[in-house]
Formats: sequence, structure tokens, C-alpha cells
Amino acid sequence: MKQVNLTVNGKAVSALVEPRTHLADFLREQRLLTGTNIGCEQGVCGACTLMVDGVPTRSCIVYAVACEGAEVRSIEDFDHDPVMTQLRAAFSAEHALQCGYCTPGMLATARDIVTRLPDADEERIRQELSGNLCRCTGYVGLVRAISRVLDERRNLAVA
Amino acid sequence: MKAAAFDYHGPATVAEAVALLRESDGMGKAVAGSQSLGPMMNLRLAQPTQLVDLRFLGELRECRDEGAAVLFGAGVTHAAIEDGKVPDPSLGLMPHVAGRIAYRAVRNRGTLGGSLAHADPAADWVNVMALLDAELILAGPDGERSVRAGEFMLGAFTTVLAEDEIIKAVRVRRLGPAARWSYYKFNRKTGEFAEAIAAFVDDPESGVRRAIVGAVDGAPYVIEDASALIDGWSDPAAASALQAAGLVPGSYEYQVHRVALRRAAERLSRPNGAQQ
Ligand SMILES: Cc1cc2nc3c(=O)[nH]c(=O)nc-3n(C[C@H](O)[C@H](O)[C@H](O)COP(=O)(O)OP(=O)(O)OC[C@H]3O[C@@H](n4cnc5c(N)ncnc54)[C@H](O)[C@@H]3O)c2cc1C
Ligand code: FES
Ligand code: FES
Repeated sequence: MKQVNLTVNGKAVSALVEPRTHLADFLREQRLLTGTNIGCEQGVCGACTLMVDGVPTRSCIVYAVACEGAEVRSIEDFDHDPVMTQLRAAFSAEHALQCGYCTPGMLATARDIVTRLPDADEERIRQELSGNLCRCTGYVGLVRAISRVLDERRNLAVA
Repeated sequence: MKAAAFDYHGPATVAEAVALLRESDGMGKAVAGSQSLGPMMNLRLAQPTQLVDLRFLGELRECRDEGAAVLFGAGVTHAAIEDGKVPDPSLGLMPHVAGRIAYRAVRNRGTLGGSLAHADPAADWVNVMALLDAELILAGPDGERSVRAGEFMLGAFTTVLAEDEIIKAVRVRRLGPAARWSYYKFNRKTGEFAEAIAAFVDDPESGVRRAIVGAVDGAPYVIEDASALIDGWSDPAAASALQAAGLVPGSYEYQVHRVALRRAAERLSRPNGAQQ
């Protein structure tokens, strides 16, 4: 067991972890934050994507012990985040989820697209979403939802 | 799957990291972004008993513009290169390539040095660094040594790195202002590893006219003088390069690499960056 000190959803956490425990398992099993889903555990599917030090990160291939000093934000921490609030509404309106398994990771990526690439067009959105697999929606709703939020924010910037 | 058990170390200096690797007697592994090693460990394709994390080595994240070249710390991430947060000696080639490696979440953590040390023939940096004839600076128990990118990779997932050596930095010479480059990566899905890679650089200032055929069985095949493919396409020159790269005429692999080489050659006449 190793000691690791990090911030999880705004709270300072000191925990003993088995080095082989990846960040997603640490959050789910030791912190009981089950909003982060796990699919492939090899970095491919994107289900486990969350924020580490402000940027989307695969929590399945990063070990918790390697997160010393890191600021981790899982989906549970975004209830009052303005961009996430817009995205949630757009995801509902555009049918951007069905079973919801990919959704926490999708939202992390979607938020990154909206904040990092304010001019993203449909092609760019699709490219950026290529690292998050969704078996339900066929992506049309996802792309529309993200475009909608980008439009809303562009209109807001003009007004 | 879950990784097998291991001990974790987060050394604060390069010397400490090297000493830890040395003490692990071949059972230890360095880890940087863990974007290749993490999947390998979760799949139990790799089962190191000691993990030596290079994340806390500030030197590995430093970059220096040396004028004639840029020295990249091995720990620079793909995302930092994509976003232009570090100097670019390559007239846009490195940011272009970085932005097409995997997915943003992987690029946020994956590093230049980790990618080179991993030495997957289908990965991007092993090919780009061979194309640009970069110099790798390795640190070990006896100090530092430097190796040309073209001599660093011995085969698939095999390099000249000793078990107690790490890549410290990568030096990339600056292209001349009139240099042209092209990079063609063939894959089915955005962000996937390549099925074939071909790339050219044509720099009138230095006289470099190099090409590579990559994502082959081993290290990328370097065409040191690619004039025959740059000044107009030559079927025989292409065929001999592809065969020298170990590709068998008539095979699927030969075909996709031939198409990649041809498309990269064609794209050389377009403005840099106006690629795909
Ligand atoms: C889903 C997915 C898709 C991907 N697609 C692509 C792609 O299209 N193209 C591509 O090029 N890559 C791709 N990658 C790999 C990615 O680019 C990795 O970031 C990179 O290969 C490894 O960098 P890392 O820093 O994560 O290294 P790690 O995973 O930490 O380490 C990899 C290896 O390098 C060694 N190592 C790391 N740093 C050093 C060092 N400084 N000195 C000595 N040894 C070191 C480790 O011991 C290990 O053996 C993909 C990865 C994933 C998960
Ligand atoms: S579970 Fe992490 S990428 Fe699939
Ligand atoms: S909503 Fe079911 S996998 Fe995306």
C-alpha cells in the first residue's frame, strides 16, 4: 500500500492505495463515486474519461498512486458547472444518450470540445468524439447536442 | 483486466530514477504518461514488479530553443506539441502529427519520450523523428549519451535503451524557411494506430530530401535521398524502397504502403499543413 494525496471533487484526500489500483477503481471502490464508468480498461472506449488537472484523462490507464498532487474531478463534481448544465440540457433535448453508459465520459469530452474549440464544426466534433464509443445513439444526437451548446455560447458572446 | 501487483516509486531526480531502474534488475519499468504501458499492464502483457514514475522530473518537461534546433524534454506531451505550447522546429509538421495521435484524453498525458521508448512501429513519433533525423539524449548510470533516431529503434518494441537508461530529451534540428513536408497516415478510424505511414521532407537550405516508410514490421525504413520520388513519381524507385522496407509485393501491406507513399509524395506539392 502507498499513501497518495490528491484532490477529489474539490476535497483534499489522503488515501492508502494498492499501486495497481487505477484511478477509476479508486474513485468507484474507495471513494464510492460510481459516476465514472469502466469499459475497456485499455484507453480505447473513453467511458472512464474524467478531468485531471483540468484536462480530460482516461482514468483506467492512470494509476491512483501516480496522481500525487493532482486535482481530480469526476462527473459528480459538475452539477453546478455552467457548461455542463448547458450540455445536460442539450443532451436531453437532442437524444444524445440512451442507456447512459458512455455519458459521463462523453460529457467530459463534450465539455472539452466546447471550451477548447469554440469554432468546432460538425467534422471537428466528430473527430474529437472518436475517442468515446457510444453503442446506442449513432452519434447524430451527440453531435447535435454539442453543436447546439457551441451555438448557444457563440450567440451569447455576440449579444 | 487489472494490472498485476507492482511497487511504485516517484523519484525526484534523473539520477534517482536511473538508480531505481538499475536496482530492479530488469524487472522495473519507467513510466511517463502510462498511455501505452497502462493498457499493456492492464492486459498483463507487461508485468513489471517496479514502476519508476518519471512524472516528477521537471527536467523532462523543459524545452529549449537552441536556434538551430529545439531540445524537447522527453516528458513533453502530445497535447503541448499540438497546442504550440512548445517551440516548433518543423514548420508545423510536429503539431500536425501530434493532433492526430490517438484522442485528446490520451494526448493530454502521453509523452514524446514514452512514445519513442515504447517503439511501436505503427506509432507516429518513431516515424517523424526518423524523418527529421532527431537526436535522442539518453541518461544512464554512466552519464549521458546521444543516439540518432534512425539508430535508436532496433525493431518492433525494441530499442538500444539499456534497462537502467531513460530518454531525457530529443533534439530536433530546425527546418529551413523554404522546407516542405508531408505526412500521410492511413488508418480506418480517427485516432487509431496507423496501418501505413509515409512522410517526406524536402529542405533546400540543408539539402535534406528524406522520406520514410513506416508502420512496417520493424523500425521505419528511411529513404535517405528521396529525390526520385520528390521530383516526379518513379515506380521502380518506390518499389525498391517498399521492398527494402520488408514489404512483399502483392500483399495487402505492400499495397497500402504503396498508396501511402504515393499520397505523401503528392501532398508534398501542397502548402505545408494543407494536407488531408
Ligand atoms: C487508445 C489509444 C490510441 C493510441 N493511438 C496512438 C496513435 O495513433 N499513434 C501513436 O503514436 N500513439 C498512439 N497511442 C500511444 C500514445 O501515444 C502513448 O502516449 C505513447 O505511446 C506512450 O507515451 P507515454 O508517455 O504514455 O509512455 P508510457 O506508457 O508511460 O511508457 C511507454 C514505454 O516507454 C517507456 N518510457 C516512457 N518514458 C520513458 C523515458 N523517458 N525514457 C525511457 N523509457 C520511457 C516505459 O517504460 C514503457 O515501456 C495510443 C494510445 C492509446 C491508449
Ligand atoms: S475504460 Fe478507460 S478508455 Fe475504456
Ligand atoms: S448511450 Fe448507451 S453507449 Fe452511449
